Amino acid sequence: MPALLGISVVLFTVLALAPGDPFEELATNPNVPPEVRQNLRAKFGLDDPLPVRYARWFTSMLRGDWGFSFVSRVDVNTLILQRLPVTLVVLGSAQLLAIMIAVPIGTYSALRPYSLFDQLATTLAFIGFSLPTFFTGLLFILLFSIYLDWLPFIFRADIGAIGWRWYWEHLRQSIMPVAVLGLFQAAAMTRFMRAAVLDVIRLDYVNTARAKGLPEKTTLVKHVVRNALIPVVTLVALQIPNIFGGAIVTEQIFRVPGIGSLLISSILANDTPVVMAVTFVYSVLVVVSNLVADLLYGWLDPRISYR
Amino acid sequence: MDERQLRELLEDVRTGGLSRRTFVTTMIGLGLTAPLAARMLTAAGVADAQPRGDPFAPTRRGGGGQLKVLWWQAPTLLNPHFANGTKDEDASRIFYEPLAGFDPDGNVVPILAAEVPTVQNGGLAKDLTWVRWRLKKGVTWHDGRPFTADDVVFNWEYVADPDTAAWTSGSYREISRIDKLDSHTVKVSFNAPQPFWSDAFCGNRGMIIPRHVFGPYKGAKSREAPANLKPVGTGPYRFVDFKPGDVVRAELDPAYHVPNRPFFDALEMKGGGDAASAARAALQTGEYDYAWNMQVEDDILRRLEQAGKGRVNIWATGNPEHIQCNSTDPWKEVDGERSSIKTTHALLSDPAVRQALNLLVDRAAVQEQIYGRQGQTTANFLNAPSRFSSRATRWEFSLERANQILDAAGWRRAADGVRVKDGKRLTMVYQTSINAPRQKTQQIVKQAAAKAGIDLELKSVVASVFFSSDPANADTYPHFYADLQMYNTTMTAPDPQYFMNQFTSWEIASKANKWQGRNITRWRNEEYDRAYRAADSELDPVKRAALFVKMNDLVIQNVVVIPVLWRNGVSASSVRLKGMDLSGWDSTFWRLAFWHKTS
Repeated sequence: MPALLGISVVLFTVLALAPGDPFEELATNPNVPPEVRQNLRAKFGLDDPLPVRYARWFTSMLRGDWGFSFVSRVDVNTLILQRLPVTLVVLGSAQLLAIMIAVPIGTYSALRPYSLFDQLATTLAFIGFSLPTFFTGLLFILLFSIYLDWLPFIFRADIGAIGWRWYWEHLRQSIMPVAVLGLFQAAAMTRFMRAAVLDVIRLDYVNTARAKGLPEKTTLVKHVVRNALIPVVTLVALQIPNIFGGAIVTEQIFRVPGIGSLLISSILANDTPVVMAVTFVYSVLVVVSNLVADLLYGWLDPRISYR
Repeated sequence: MDERQLRELLEDVRTGGLSRRTFVTTMIGLGLTAPLAARMLTAAGVADAQPRGDPFAPTRRGGGGQLKVLWWQAPTLLNPHFANGTKDEDASRIFYEPLAGFDPDGNVVPILAAEVPTVQNGGLAKDLTWVRWRLKKGVTWHDGRPFTADDVVFNWEYVADPDTAAWTSGSYREISRIDKLDSHTVKVSFNAPQPFWSDAFCGNRGMIIPRHVFGPYKGAKSREAPANLKPVGTGPYRFVDFKPGDVVRAELDPAYHVPNRPFFDALEMKGGGDAASAARAALQTGEYDYAWNMQVEDDILRRLEQAGKGRVNIWATGNPEHIQCNSTDPWKEVDGERSSIKTTHALLSDPAVRQALNLLVDRAAVQEQIYGRQGQTTANFLNAPSRFSSRATRWEFSLERANQILDAAGWRRAADGVRVKDGKRLTMVYQTSINAPRQKTQQIVKQAAAKAGIDLELKSVVASVFFSSDPANADTYPHFYADLQMYNTTMTAPDPQYFMNQFTSWEIASKANKWQGRNITRWRNEEYDRAYRAADSELDPVKRAALFVKMNDLVIQNVVVIPVLWRNGVSASSVRLKGMDLSGWDSTFWRLAFWHKTS
C-alpha cells in the first residue's frame, strides 16, 4: 500500500508538471472562445493548486470513485473495464505461448548441452530477446499482412460474426500480437529454463532417482523440471512489468483496444484521471502477479510455506 | 482587381458568359475563399449550384455491405457540441446532421433545411440581420420522433448556456434570438449584420441534437447525458455500439430522409494507431475502405498506391503553412514579457531584411521535395494557389535579388560571411514544432539564407508544447520568443472574417491577455484595422471581398508573414469507393449518405 501511495504522488506530480492540458485542442481552434476553455478548466478543477487536486483525487479514489475522463467525459472505471479483458486475454495467451515454448525447449537444451539443437535454440533465443517488440511487430506486419496477405493487422474487438467464424476471426487477428509478445517472453524464458535445469540435473537426488530405476520421464517431470521451475517462476514474476511495457507498444502497433493503448492516448491528451487509473491498474496487476508467483512456490515446493 | 471588375465578372456569370466554377477559381486566385466567392454569387442573384451530378442512382437502400473506415486518432465522444477535434466531429457526423453543409466550392448545400435561404426567396434579410430557415419535412430522429423547429431552437439554447461549455458556442455568439414561425420554420436574428450568416447550424459546428433526448441535460448537467455516447440523430446511419478511443459502429437507418440512401448496410469507424499503417490498410492491403488524414510522405503514398487497391484523395483547404516575422524584440524583456509591443525588432523592422527573407524561401523546393501532393506553392496568406496567382502578389525565389536588396540597404558582409549593419549582426532564431517536413523546410530556408549572408539558428519545439496555450511556458507559439516561426494556421470557418483577425491590432498576444490574443506577429497597421472593421459590417459581398483581397495584400506586401505552402486535405480510399465529394470546409462525412462502392 505505501508503495502504491508513493507511486500515485509521483505520477500525479509528473503529470501536473508536464506541459499541455486536456483542452489543448480548444486553445488552437480559433472558433472556440477562450471563455469556454476557462470555464471547463474551472469546472473540472484544473485551476486549483496541485496539493488540492491530489487530495481530491485521492479521497475520491478511496471511496472507489475513479473520476471521469476529461476527454470523453465517461467514468474512468467504465473505460477501463471495457478494455481490461482484451489486454488480459492478449497478455495471458502470450504468456501461455511463452511457457509452452520455453519449458520444453529449455529442458531439452539442458539435457543435451552444446548439441546442435541447443546451439540453434540459444542463437534463436538471443535473436529473440535482442529484438524489441515494436520492431518484430512491424516485421510481422510486413511479412504476414503485406507480402503474404494472410493475417489482418488491425485488431477489431467488435467482430460482426457469430459462432465459429467469430472464434476464427478472433484467432486470426490475435496471432500476430500474441506471437510478438509471446516469442519475446519465450526467448528470455528459454535461457532461464535451460540454466535452471542444468543446475538441477547434476544434483544427487536426480542421480538417486535414476539409480532406483525410475523411468526417465518420471525423473524428468517430477524431479528435474518441478525443481527447476522454482527460480523460473520468480524470474517470470519479476518480468511481468516488462511484459506490460511490451504490451503497451504492441497494442499501439496492432491497434488492440486494451488498457495500454488507452494509456498512450490519454497521455497524449493529458487526460490525468485516466492516466492515473491505468497506471494504478498496472501496479495492481504487478502486485497480483507477484502474489501468484509466491503461491506457486508453495505448490512447487511444499517445504516453502507462509505462516 | 477592384470592385467594378468584380461586378463585371458577376454579371458575366449571371448571363451565362462565365461558368460558376471559373468564377470561383478566379476568386480563389485573388486570395478569396471559395465559400465567400459562392456567397458573392448568391447575393448577386445567381442560383446556387446543385450538388454535382452523381451518376450512381440506386433504386433501394442498402445492399452495400459494411463500410470500414480508419481514423488514426480515435473518437472519444459523440456529442458534436463537445467534439474534441476532427475525429469527434467526424464520428458525430455519422449520426447527426446540420441544416446545411459546405461543398468543396464553398456552396451552402441544404441537408436538414428544405432550401438555402437567399434574399430572393425571402429567407435572408437584405441587411443580413436575420436568416429564415425552412426545415425539411418528414425527417425523423432515429428513435422515430419527428424533427421540428423546436429542436433547432433547443440547440441554440443548449449551446448558448455558458454552463454547458459547448465548444461550438463561438458560432452561436452573434445570435440574439430565434423565433419559431411554424413547426418547420425558424427565424434566426443576429445582434448585428452577419455577413457569415451560415456559421450557426451549418457544417461541423451546426449539427443538430434532439431536444427530447438532451432537454434534461442542458447546462451544468451536460456531462451526464447518456446520449453523449449513444447518439440519437437524423443521419444516414444509426447507432449500434461505441467504445471510446477505439471503435464506432453504426447500421443503416431504414427511415433516412433521402430516398434510396444510404448504400452501405453497416459502418465501422476504427480509431487509433498511426498514419503510415493506416495508409497501408487502405492503399496496400485493402483491409479498410477509407483512411483519414494521410500525414505521410508523398513518396510513401505513391509507392503504396502502386498496389492498385487504393488511391489518394486530395482536396483544397484554407490552411497556409507560413513563416511569421516578429514585429517586436523577442530578446528584450519589458514588464515581465519578451516580444512586448513596446519594443520593435532590431533586424526585422528593416523592410529590406523582410523582403530579402521573402525571396529566400524556396517554395517550389519545399513543395516538390517535401510535401508533394499535400500542398501547393502560394504567394498569398488567404488561400491562393500559385497557378491562379493574384495580380497584386507574387512570389519568387532569388538569391541574387535578396543579395541586391540587402547590399542596397547597407548590410555589409563581415569576414565570416554574415552581414552586419551599425554593429548589428544579421543572425536570427527560426523556430517551429517537431515534425519531419518542418525540419526539412527549416533546412532549405537556412541554406538559402546563409548564401545571402543571413545566419539562421534553427530551433524546434515538441508539438505538444509549441501548440499548447500554457501561459507559463515560453516555448509556445503565441509567446513567439524567437525572430521567425513557422506553422500551419487552420481555417476552420469557411469565411475569412475570423481567420483574418489574426493581424488586427486589438488581437495582439501579450502577457496581459495571457497570450490568448490571435495576432502572434504583433504587427500593427491602421489601414489593415480599418479594412477589417469595414469588412465586418459590409453588407455588399463584392465590396467585402475586395476588402479581404486588400487585407491579404497588405500582409503580403509588408512581409508580415511569408506563405510557404497552401496545404491540401489528403486521405486514402479504396479505388472502388465513390461519391465522397470531400470538402475542405466541412467534415469528411458531410456527404456520407451518398458514399457508395462500385463493383
